[in-house]
Order: sequence, then structure tokens, then C-alpha cells
Amino acid sequence: MAATPALQVLTANRLRDGDVVYWRDGAWVDHFRDADVFNAKAAAEAALARAQAFVKDRVVVNPYLFGVREEASRIRAIEEREIVRSEGPSVRRDLGKQAMDSFDVQI
Amino acid sequence: MPLIKDGAFASDTFVTVADDAALPDGAAIVSLSRFQKERDTLLTRNAPLGVILKSSESPELLGEDVQRFSVIVLEFPVFRDGRAFSWARMLRERQKFTGEVRGTGHFLYDQINYMKRVGFDAWEVPEGFGIEQFQRALTEITNVYQPSADGKKTIRELRATKRT
Amino acid sequence: MYRYDEFDARFVKERVSQFRYQVERRLAGELTEDEFKPLRLMNGLYLQLHAYMLRVAIPYGTLSARQLRMQAHIARKYDKGYGHFTTRTNIQFNWIKLVDVPDILADLASVEMHCIQTSGNCIRNVTADQFAGATDEEIEDPRPLSEIIRQWSSLHPEFVFLARKFKIAVGATEKDRAALLFHDMAVQIVKNAEGRVGYKVYAGGGMGRTPYIAQVMSEFVEREDILAYLEAVLRVYNQDSRRDNIHKQRIKILVNAIGIEEMRKRVRREFDEIKTNGTLQLPRDELDRIAAYFAPPAFEALSDDEPMSLDPTFKTWYAQNVSKHRQPGYAIATISLKPVGGVPGDASAEQMDALADLLDEYGMAEIRVSHEQNLVLPHVRKKDLPAIYKRLKALRLATPNAGLVTDIIACPGLDYCDLANARSIPIAQDIAKRFENLDRQHDIGELKIKISGCINACGHHHAGHIGILGVDKKGVEYYQLQLGGSGAEDASIGDIMGPGFTAQDIGPAVERVIDTYLKLREKDERFLDTYRRVGMEPFKNMAYLEQAYAAH
Repeated sequence: MAATPALQVLTANRLRDGDVVYWRDGAWVDHFRDADVFNAKAAAEAALARAQAFVKDRVVVNPYLFGVREEASRIRAIEEREIVRSEGPSVRRDLGKQAMDSFDVQI
Repeated sequence: MPLIKDGAFASDTFVTVADDAALPDGAAIVSLSRFQKERDTLLTRNAPLGVILKSSESPELLGEDVQRFSVIVLEFPVFRDGRAFSWARMLRERQKFTGEVRGTGHFLYDQINYMKRVGFDAWEVPEGFGIEQFQRALTEITNVYQPSADGKKTIRELRATKRT
Repeated sequence: MYRYDEFDARFVKERVSQFRYQVERRLAGELTEDEFKPLRLMNGLYLQLHAYMLRVAIPYGTLSARQLRMQAHIARKYDKGYGHFTTRTNIQFNWIKLVDVPDILADLASVEMHCIQTSGNCIRNVTADQFAGATDEEIEDPRPLSEIIRQWSSLHPEFVFLARKFKIAVGATEKDRAALLFHDMAVQIVKNAEGRVGYKVYAGGGMGRTPYIAQVMSEFVEREDILAYLEAVLRVYNQDSRRDNIHKQRIKILVNAIGIEEMRKRVRREFDEIKTNGTLQLPRDELDRIAAYFAPPAFEALSDDEPMSLDPTFKTWYAQNVSKHRQPGYAIATISLKPVGGVPGDASAEQMDALADLLDEYGMAEIRVSHEQNLVLPHVRKKDLPAIYKRLKALRLATPNAGLVTDIIACPGLDYCDLANARSIPIAQDIAKRFENLDRQHDIGELKIKISGCINACGHHHAGHIGILGVDKKGVEYYQLQLGGSGAEDASIGDIMGPGFTAQDIGPAVERVIDTYLKLREKDERFLDTYRRVGMEPFKNMAYLEQAYAAH
């Protein structure tokens, strides 16, 4: 991407199980809908820098920022890849995060 | 850097000399390009000589001079660059080099056994690397399917022995 | 099929311990992800979009019932109940946890399986004809040599850190069912003028960003010299390939950069030395010893009459999915993993277990995986076919579309894969649904559609009669069409048609392309034949017709 998107979310994969996780307020959550949305580059970069500690502690791998936008009053990823990561395979709607109960307890 | 040779830590009697630095009196390791420029001087010194080869430099570039070296150092610029495995075998099998073949640079614990198999017999390891680590690396996989420079008996040979 | 002896068993067991230790070191922080990545890749472990993906080696596509059951077990215990068969005849699982992998490898080792070198910059799984040992077209079974190559390449100390991956295929028939000419190196079993069996060796084929057809390295390598020759090729590749640009590091780039004559010269030099050295010579008794493992089952003397069934759909399946066996009274049955609307190449744990039961009940020792992501029962008694068909039908494994337009190869694509630019499976599903009608499929005849979700070409789109490449155009999935590719002995790389189509438009575009074929074909021409005769122009004009109308 040429320009930094206006809105960004920070994501990574959990080292132990490869699960997709999102940054929220200094910790990692399972669902995209619960993630912090950064509307300023500085805050996004600061979170990314803080995320490195979790890499060092072998909690996550490869944290990175990706662009999101507002679409009909909800936040959605810009790239298809991040939509798939947040939901699960489009060809198996019975699998992945899209199939999880909203009130699943986070382990 | 700590040096492992013959299965144990050893002191490095060689000094690796930068291209523009003065040569020491004793044993020295120089780059290939320096050797090519100062060949006569280096070969007439009364001290053991070594050369360090980049991963892009084939030992064949040493030509007939290969036997004049006491140590040939093969560099791993990054562990993914596996050309040195072929260079080591070339030294041992084509060029019949019997001096020290030393590994330096960024190689992994997990590559040590392969390095030994292809003809390395010395390793420059990071500070804090333990000798028991080195020994463990050599024992992870007991038997081998293919012949290599180490002359280790292959599984095929072991099978044949079992049958007789 | 091959059976491990104590040496093979110990080898995989120690490999499991080695990986367990690598995982411990990773979790303890003694290995960075950058250092760990090539180590886990060499045990087939990727980090994909949703989780880790583990790729299990199925050497030359051959599995026993016991091994198939273990895949079902892994799918159930460690994954989400299914596996995916790949274009390199392996199986992969999409929802794996890193911490479970050492245990999974231990489970695999217990049935003589592993994940060694199914990824990484090393020699990968050796593939062969899925009809090996059953077809009357082969000079000999290609799998003994494949097994010998597998052992020689396993943790080969010189070749574990190559510039890029290295894929080898072995063939023994004139008809190429293993896409030999798209491999980094291929060995074709041939007979010379004196009737002596030896090997024709190719190198420099490949898919990906810059596809190439392999070139002949040697017209005839003697049996006893083959490992020395293969080692010579690998050595030249390891020494001389580029290391500066990841897109230019396959052997196909080297061969085309220095030319085939120079390549042969360099390999010749190494080969002469290795042969003289003598340690890699392959004695005839060793070849025979390995070949004995692949002896065919004891065939019964059976009538070769065509089997009959009261089920009217049996005949359709028999005509399309059953191939001639060299033994009278026997047949080769292709089990399609391409049900219309399903995910190409996927099989559930239940299906795998049921197939294993089928193998046991009918006394069949093995099942095969083809590079077209289907399964094959190589030795079926003709008289058992109706009953087996009934069982397959109940398992939704009896789609009668082997080689037809709905028998689509598709990579996992953006639904699963970290490398992908676009989704491939929904495109396959859409196209298959459009051509669901069996009469229409029969009318079209042989038509191989192959879909890749990115330039890495795991869906082999360059070798598709119709190839589809998913690309990312400013965040939107687009699909480029290629026509006229072939992965058979008449290997060719598909020609790119032009600008891509959206996900909505690609299905109709493919229909228009196929309609063009139907209008232009002569006599018995397949799609591929018509395309080769008339060229791209008529197909291109029709494909973009909607766009032309829209522009007006």
C-alpha cells in the first residue's frame, strides 16, 4: 500500500496455536469486532512497538497493522485477506471465528 | 569467537586479518581476494596460512594452492545459504583437502550435523554455546541414508551387513 | 508397498524427537521465528491464515488402509475433521496447533509416515503415476525408483539448504499422468535401442511466476548410475543457482540462464567424479530388493466380463472413472474428490475411515492419491465394482467426473493460504455448478481446469487446458484466464488471454470460452486440440464479449 490507511487495526498470530488475534488495550483478543481501531498513525505505531514485547515473550508472531474502514456503521477490513482472517474460510462457514458463539470464553 | 575442533573447545591459533590490516607474525587467515593479490608474500611467510571464502566463492578458485592452506574457513552469511555444504564436500572429495575446514557466520545448531557429514571439522560458535549442545547435535539422527564426505556407513550398507 | 525396517523406523522416530526439541527451543525463546521457520517448514509446518497447516508426505501417492485411518484420526483429534489432498499427492491439515505437532509426528511415525521435507528449500516429496503397478502402459513400476530417491534425498546433508524447493517426479509410461515436465527434475523410465531399461532425465521445469517446460539432461542414464546422476544435478544447482532474488532461485532459472548444453557439461563433470568415487552406485540387487516391496497383489484368475449393476447410474460412473487394468478381471477406479459444489480435494475423517474399511473388506492393500487431487483404487476386481460403487455413492465419493470439466484442480487459495491473492475454491465451485449437467459434461469431454490463488501456482494453472490465476487488483480479487496448457506428455504452458475478470464474471467467461470450443471443434477434438488448432483469437473475442457490450 502506498499511503498509510486512515484507520488501522493491529493483528498477529498466536505462537502456540497459530490462532489469529487482535490488539486491544495492551492485550490480545480473539475477535476483530473487539479490536482497538487506531485513527492516528502515532498511536498505531506505538501499539505495534508494544506488541514486540509479546513476540519476545513468545506469545505471538509477526504483529502488523492493516487498514480498515467504516462500512454502513461498522468497521470492516479493507483487504479481503484480513476479512478472511477475521472470519474463517468463506467456503466453510461452519469453521473458524465466524462459527464461534459470541459469548465464547477466551482461553 | 569460541572455536570447537575435534569435538571440544580449542584455542584459535589463527588471526583473521582484514584486507587492509597488517599481517601478524603468526598464523593468519585472509580473504580470497587478499590471497589472490598477495599470493607470493602470503605463501612464502613462515607461518600457517588460512583463507576465508564467502558463500559465493568456490574452493576451486584456490586451484593448486588449496593444499598450501592449514585452514579453509567457509562462511555462512545467513543460515539459509547452503552453498558451503557443497564447498566443504568439494574440498574433501575433489580437492582431497586434509586441513581444517571451519564453519563461521550464521549457521544453526540444527545444521552442525550436516556440516560434519560434508566435511567440516571446526566450528566458530556464539558465546555461551555449550559443548554438550555440540555433542547433542551430532547424535540426533543416528543413521544416514546417503554417503557423504565423512565416510559414515549408510543405512543400505548396514542393512547388507545385517543380512550376512 | 514399501514397509519400514528398523532403520527407517528409527529414522522417523529420531526426527520426531529432533522436532520436539526444536519446538521446545522455540517456545523457550532459544530460536527466533526467523531461525525456526525453515526448521518447521522442513517438517511440513506452515503458518497460514487461520492456524498452522501441516503437510504430511504421501510418497509417490501410495497409502495403506492403516495409514489412511491415521489421517482420519489426525483430522478428528488435532484438526477440524477433514484433510486436503494436494497437487503433489500429499495431504494437509489446516487447523493445527504448533504445540500438538510433535505428538502428531509421533502418531504418523507409528504408521510409517512423516512430514519430512514436504516444505522448505530442499528436495520434496517424490511423485509418480497414480496408476503405477496397475496399468499395462508402463515399462515397469516407477515406485521402487521413487522409494530409492526418497531415501537418498531424506536429510541429505549437502542439499538441505538449497536456494529453493526441488520437486522430483518419476514416470514409466508414454502417457504422463504425473506432470513430469513441470518438475525441477524428472526421471522417465525408458528402454534404449538394445532393449535395456534405463532413465531419461529432465531438469528445469517449473510452475510459478516464470513457468518452464523441463529440458532433457540425459537421454539415457544406466540403472546403476541414476543416483550419481541425480546427485550431480543437485550439486550443480546448489553451487550455481542465484541466492540474491527469491524469484530467480529455482533450477529452471539456472538452466535457462546458462543454457542446456552448459548445464549438461557441468552435471557431466560432477557425475563422472561421483560415479568414479563409487559410493552412490545403485547395484541391481538393491533395486530388486526394493522392487520386491512393490510386487503386485496375488491376482485371481477372473472373468474379464463387464460388471453389471441394477443401478442405472453405475454405467455412467464406470465409463468415466474406471480405467483398464493390466490384469484381466481387474480395473483401476478413480474416486473423485470433486463433488459439484464441494471443496476440490477435501475428504472428511468419516470418508477416510469408510474408505479404509472398504480397502480392508475387499482385500485391497493400497489406495493412491493423484496430482489432480483425486484418489485411486489401483487393483479392484471388476465383479466388486458395483458393490464398491454403491458404497462410494453413499459416501458422496462417486461423482462420475474424472477428467471432465467439473474435475477441477484448485489450490486452497485465499480462504486458507497466507500466500494467496484471491480465493480459488469458490471459483471452482461456481464453475462446477454451471456445468453440473452430466450430458453437457460428456458433450464437452476431457477438459482440465486448474485454478491458482496466486502466482506460486500450487493449483498448476499453467498446465490447465483452461487455467485461472487469481490476482489482487487494488484490493479486489480478479481472475486471469490462460488457455492451452497441458501437464501431460504434450506439455505446454497456457497462453494468457488478457485482462482479468471479476469473481462474478469469471464463471460466465469460462462458459463463453467453452461454448466457443463447442462451436469450433472438429471430429473428436478435445478442448485442448481445438485451441491448438485455432489459437487464442476466437476464444478471446467471445470471452470479453460482455465487456464489449458493456462498453457500448
